[in-house]
Amino acid sequence: MATLFQGVGAVTPFSASSSLDSNKLLLPSRKSLSISDSRGSIFVYRSDALNLKAATRKQDLLIPNAVATKGETSTSAKSGHELLLFEALREGLEEEMERDPRVCVMGEDVGHYGGSYKVTKGLAEKYGDLRVLDTPIAENSFTGMGIGAAMTGLRPIVEGMNMGFLLLAFNQISNNCGMLHYTSGGQFTIPIVIRGPGGVGRQLGAEHSQRLESYFQSIPGIQMVACSTPYNAKGLMKAAIRSENPVILFEHVLLYNLKERIPDEEYVLSLEEAEMVRPGEHITILTYSRMRYHVMQAAKTLVNKGYDPEVIDIRSLKPFDLYTIGCSVKKTHRVLIVEECMRTGGIGASLTAAITENFHDYLDAPIVCLSSQDVPTPYAGTLEEWTVVQPAQIVSAVEQLCQ
Amino acid sequence: MALSRIASSSHASTLLKPLSAALSIRRLISSDSTVPLTIETSLPFISHKCDAPPRAVDTSASELFSFFRDMATMRRMEIAADSLYKAKLIRGFCHLYDGQEAVAIGMEAAITKKDAIITAYRDHCTFIGRGGTLLEVFGELMGRICGGSKGKGGSMHFYRKQTNFFGGHGIVGAQIPLGCGLAFAQRYSKEENVTFTLYGDGAANQGQLFEALNMAALWDLPAILVCENNHYGMGTAEWRAAKNPAYYKRGDYVPGLKVDGMDVLAVKQACKFAKENALKNGPLILEMDTYRYHGHSMSDPGSTYRTRDEISGVRQERDPIERVRKLLLAHDIASEKELKDIEKQVRKDVDDAIAKAKVKNKKYIVQSAIPCDRRTWLTILFFTFIFFSIRK
Repeated sequence: MATLFQGVGAVTPFSASSSLDSNKLLLPSRKSLSISDSRGSIFVYRSDALNLKAATRKQDLLIPNAVATKGETSTSAKSGHELLLFEALREGLEEEMERDPRVCVMGEDVGHYGGSYKVTKGLAEKYGDLRVLDTPIAENSFTGMGIGAAMTGLRPIVEGMNMGFLLLAFNQISNNCGMLHYTSGGQFTIPIVIRGPGGVGRQLGAEHSQRLESYFQSIPGIQMVACSTPYNAKGLMKAAIRSENPVILFEHVLLYNLKERIPDEEYVLSLEEAEMVRPGEHITILTYSRMRYHVMQAAKTLVNKGYDPEVIDIRSLKPFDLYTIGCSVKKTHRVLIVEECMRTGGIGASLTAAITENFHDYLDAPIVCLSSQDVPTPYAGTLEEWTVVQPAQIVSAVEQLCQ
Repeated sequence: MALSRIASSSHASTLLKPLSAALSIRRLISSDSTVPLTIETSLPFISHKCDAPPRAVDTSASELFSFFRDMATMRRMEIAADSLYKAKLIRGFCHLYDGQEAVAIGMEAAITKKDAIITAYRDHCTFIGRGGTLLEVFGELMGRICGGSKGKGGSMHFYRKQTNFFGGHGIVGAQIPLGCGLAFAQRYSKEENVTFTLYGDGAANQGQLFEALNMAALWDLPAILVCENNHYGMGTAEWRAAKNPAYYKRGDYVPGLKVDGMDVLAVKQACKFAKENALKNGPLILEMDTYRYHGHSMSDPGSTYRTRDEISGVRQERDPIERVRKLLLAHDIASEKELKDIEKQVRKDVDDAIAKAKVKNKKYIVQSAIPCDRRTWLTILFFTFIFFSIRK
């Protein structure tokens, strides 16, 4: 459960109606987070200066490109500091390691090498080889080792060099990580974080382009979150480490170099909340991770064509934030899900079922789910592009839904 | 000595009591004596890349006595579980440990409750050894809330956090990396404790064992891997499953020791040796040569892949409880009658625990939340209902 952090200047009234004012919001994602404060989550402290600047920067935050380009943001002096997504992850990790001596990292090449995506760079020099442990290539056993250590009270962060490799540790994640809290009658909690990059990259081949969120989602006892911006990457990393539950944090190979300005102050996000990326009226587009950028790119086109899409980054893949999603559905009555998972048995499939079960009466049209093709990801670039949802497909789907 | 036997074997009448009291002085050692005894193990230890510990084991009369009582309790508990399973009060999987009691008891004698133990699914007796009660065992096996895991785990999921017993795992071999994680946590927190990770001869062929061994040896983790070799991985004999059934050698660079697992003193000596070594030098493997009388589980008769002669042969010659009984009698620590009385008491304890666990906890939520009896509770509900319907 999320705990409440009282931030100066960021406290909002605890009323459900305030969240419906999202359509009046001119402020970008961070402000809208505080509106959903009504459910008592950890929240953000922001200085007033940042608020004013944030209002004028609304357009900047509609990041149109799927992959980051450096030097986009203006060079005027602002509070907060700019960094790349992998640096944000590292900052969150380092802050937590500083705060709690029980936090440790284990994975392949996380120590001396600094992490294959540089998330743990410099940490081994600072904290030593035992706290930032270079493991041999034995996913099943080092994940099991992390779980065993978590049973005693340590808070390990297990890194899978690529999420696909964690398939080898599926038994440990499913049977031990997910179920030990239950089968022991509540005696043990497993405060482990399992993280790593997944998703389709740039011609990495089928085995290195897997989306494991669809396989893990049925495991009872675990939580899953997906980060998409440096801001939410740091916040979710910290929240996952502090959580008593086992959390799987899905990162994306192509998003590590995204640049954003994040606050200097400490902040922790809620693991169970969705993020309102762009409020709108006509249609709710639900997405997560890299597809958020494809959606925002499509949103640019859609706005020019006169549509007003509401884009929500669901962030919490298990459990779904049905509150935010429901409020949006009740407003727009149309849902489009854009995901990178496979069509069969993916996150979109579960989300479609959840929305239909809970909000069927509010829907004016069937839910459309755009997912990746049910094929192994090809190596050839052109073919690879075709297996993943592209902005043009999103635009035509919205046009069709909004007829 | 013969006189004392006669005196104690007859029903203790008031006339004979002072006589037997006088005669008992003639007994060499009383059963609660802590005077050290040294007894040799029946078989020597065989070692791999280390020096074997001495065969002479330090023990005492009271320790031997407690061995007998605890092993008898475990044996009786497992037999009772057999009957309960056949009466369909225990469902699903039930893997019984009778025959292997010496491993659990010997290990406990050598270590403290701060050391961690993790094992696979044959865990009823290990749980008892770590301080679990008979009521918790039978409650869990019958799915009651008084069970160790509140009835949510079942036979294969016994845990006891306060005495560092980490279960109780159904998937073969999955507990081995967990055990290395426990040892890692012990090294991380700089505690002077060790972890005993138990697995069977079937699990000894799992890749994760070697992965975990490699990591434990790499980082000098205080992990002791104990292979409870009962020679059968369910229905497959060890020679049909393993190219090299010398499991204590399979660690290669990790030292190993082969121990007679039916001799509780040998197990105690080996575990003591292992604990000292692991704290200094890192992991080692103990292979306990043991035997299970039951089949793999209650759905396995246990006689399709081995002969009844083999089973009864082991029972005659190597039974751990009989061995301790002979020791107690030979050193005159207890008499036949006393040991039989203990067995009777154990049987009674087990029956009592089963009777208590059998009571279905009806509406336990209501009973625990409301500190009054059902009639009062129903009366309160009735009047509340009346009150609210009038208010409308």
